Amino acid sequence: MMDKFGFSISKGRQINYESNDRSIAEYISEKEPTFRLCIECGGCSATCTTGNFTSFSLREINILLKRGENEQVKNNIRKCMLCGKCSLVCPRGVNTRNVVTLAIQAFHNSAGHAV
Amino acid sequence: MQFDIFVIPFNIGLYFILIYSVTRCIIWFRDLSRQDKLRLQRGFFGRAFVQSLREIFMESLIHRKILRSNFRLGYMHLSLAFGWFLLILFGTIEADLFGVKHLNPPYKAIFFRFFNPEHGRTGFESAYSFLMDLILAFILSGLLLAVIKRFYSQIVGMKKATRLKVVDKIALTSLWMIFPSRLLAESLTSGAYATGSFLTGSIGYWFASFLPAAELAYPFWWLYSISLGTFFILMPLTRYMHIPTELFLIFMRNSGITTGDKAGSFSEVQTHACSSCGMCIDVCQLNSSLSITHIQSAYLIKAIRHNNEISEIAHNCLMCGRCDVKCPVGIELMPIRMIQRRGSDAENTFGNIYGGYLREKRPGSADKSNFNHSYDFVPAQEPEKADVVFFAGCMTHLTPSIKNSMLKILDASGLRYTFIDEDGGVCCGRPLMLAGRTREARELINLNSEMISKTGAHYLVTGCPICFKVFKESYYLDLEVVHHTQFIKMLIDDGKVKMNFLHKRVVYHSPCDLGRGSGVYEEPREILQHVAMLEHTSFEDENSLCCGGSLGNMNINSFQKRKIATDAALKLTRDNPDILATACPLCKKTFVSATSVKVADISEIVAESLNHVNVKQEHSPMLNSAKELVK
Repeated sequence: MMDKFGFSISKGRQINYESNDRSIAEYISEKEPTFRLCIECGGCSATCTTGNFTSFSLREINILLKRGENEQVKNNIRKCMLCGKCSLVCPRGVNTRNVVTLAIQAFHNSAGHAV
Repeated sequence: MQFDIFVIPFNIGLYFILIYSVTRCIIWFRDLSRQDKLRLQRGFFGRAFVQSLREIFMESLIHRKILRSNFRLGYMHLSLAFGWFLLILFGTIEADLFGVKHLNPPYKAIFFRFFNPEHGRTGFESAYSFLMDLILAFILSGLLLAVIKRFYSQIVGMKKATRLKVVDKIALTSLWMIFPSRLLAESLTSGAYATGSFLTGSIGYWFASFLPAAELAYPFWWLYSISLGTFFILMPLTRYMHIPTELFLIFMRNSGITTGDKAGSFSEVQTHACSSCGMCIDVCQLNSSLSITHIQSAYLIKAIRHNNEISEIAHNCLMCGRCDVKCPVGIELMPIRMIQRRGSDAENTFGNIYGGYLREKRPGSADKSNFNHSYDFVPAQEPEKADVVFFAGCMTHLTPSIKNSMLKILDASGLRYTFIDEDGGVCCGRPLMLAGRTREARELINLNSEMISKTGAHYLVTGCPICFKVFKESYYLDLEVVHHTQFIKMLIDDGKVKMNFLHKRVVYHSPCDLGRGSGVYEEPREILQHVAMLEHTSFEDENSLCCGGSLGNMNINSFQKRKIATDAALKLTRDNPDILATACPLCKKTFVSATSVKVADISEIVAESLNHVNVKQEHSPMLNSAKELVK
């Protein structure tokens, strides 16, 4: 009922670094050190081909990965088309295409281990 | 019966390698697809056979391609391959002419001097000995170069020689031993009997003056035989397998077999035909600009052969294709690398069995069941009908000046066109392909194909060579795909656009995917000659450089890419031109930050030089309405 009027009660948004899984982010920054250079400016998201159709945002993905909140990333990361515009606009020289590729790899690997 | 026990190692080696090579070729033939088998059969009774014989002579023996690009290195290969061939040929004739009887087993020719020590004293015989000595000297001169090259590669004009494994080293040593031991054995025998020509005769004479030549000769004949035997036995495990394989490869290629996109018999043959000559290492810009020297095609192929971990080597490459066009054996290096990139997607892989002497086809780990579509979110598009479709592509969208120039040219052409990805279409799929993710790429290809076919157009103009290449190769579209430079050239030829001449000095950088990748070299240059003063560089056509911005390589970072771009720009702008022209938005974007010279896409230059009468006509209704509004 409240939703219909645009009101809702926000759920708790605490970031619990202790329970979060930072292994994916660590895997990426080990193999692609430029991952750490990101200043979260959002240039990548502004130019993104996929972002044109969806709410996909590489900036958000970067932040979530670093926090260790992987679930949302896992569901969305395959939407990337790897076109590479983001890496060209990045003011910090983050090798974004490799970040995405490594993230997919890391999820793939961790899924393999779980099964 | 002329026989001595020392010929046994040679005999074992020789018959082993002959049987092995034939078996291997039969296995390769058996694994070919049906069509390729038919091609090969047709080739055997057709022109391909004659062509192959010619190519085998020119490339496998004379090494024409290497001679052209690097004379000293070419001479080294020429003297070893052609010299050895001559030695065997004339040795066989010698044994046949001067031996005890005709039609001898091979060892008679190889160890002729041992069995006929008295030969070569008079007239024709001594002239023949002179010839044999000359050939041996020819080989030894090449061998000397090879030994020097191994330790100081710069001498033959190479920056790097390929690194070797232990088996390689043993095989190499036995190869090096073959001709010096032959020289010593022949010399000592000649010395003992006072025969031999200028080389073996004089060395023998000198040895005989202070050594017991007759007794010493025998161990060296043993050494000669063992070196040959070892070399032949180790051949299948080392790069020297390229000697028999290359013959088969040349024949297969001339019969019209190509690599395709799956690992198979032909890619296996190519893998074994690589001689690790290192030409690919020398032309690689990752080597010259970044000193990365472990990923070049020679190492890729070596890793495939030895079943080593390959993913990093396969992915750390600009895919510029410079090595592909330089390969003296003509191995299709880019398709082979792409097969390796697909890796887990591949249907077949190959593994070594029997200690590496044979390879076996194994099913790959392709998992097709568990695949969910990634790009369902893309809405269906309803493009308008048109004659010409303009597909700008991601990179053109990122360089608006190229996009606007193309629109200006399209307007001026007066053709009915539609700008199909104006509001941001989807990617063409090539970046995903380059990353080895073919299935995802196929999804994008289907999305784009559907959209383009709805327009009913006859021409698809791409603003970017990366898109151009994938549209050409991987799309099945019922229209002609042209790169924007080809399109502009057509407009000029048809007189659809008129241009003013720009008095500017221009050099042209040929983008990898357009030039080497798709074979479009002429049109861009003709346009530039038409509108400006085109100057030559030392990096034209097949020898053009990579800008470094390549989407093919995700393993190097932006700083390393910048280094490649700076080096390339420096080489291209040596004569200080007014404009560094290119035909690719990505090349432009990469070069802009790497040089102080103005960088422009051909479309921008053309748009700038467009005769304004054209443009005014096109825009006049709009201008008029604007004027009316102002009134």
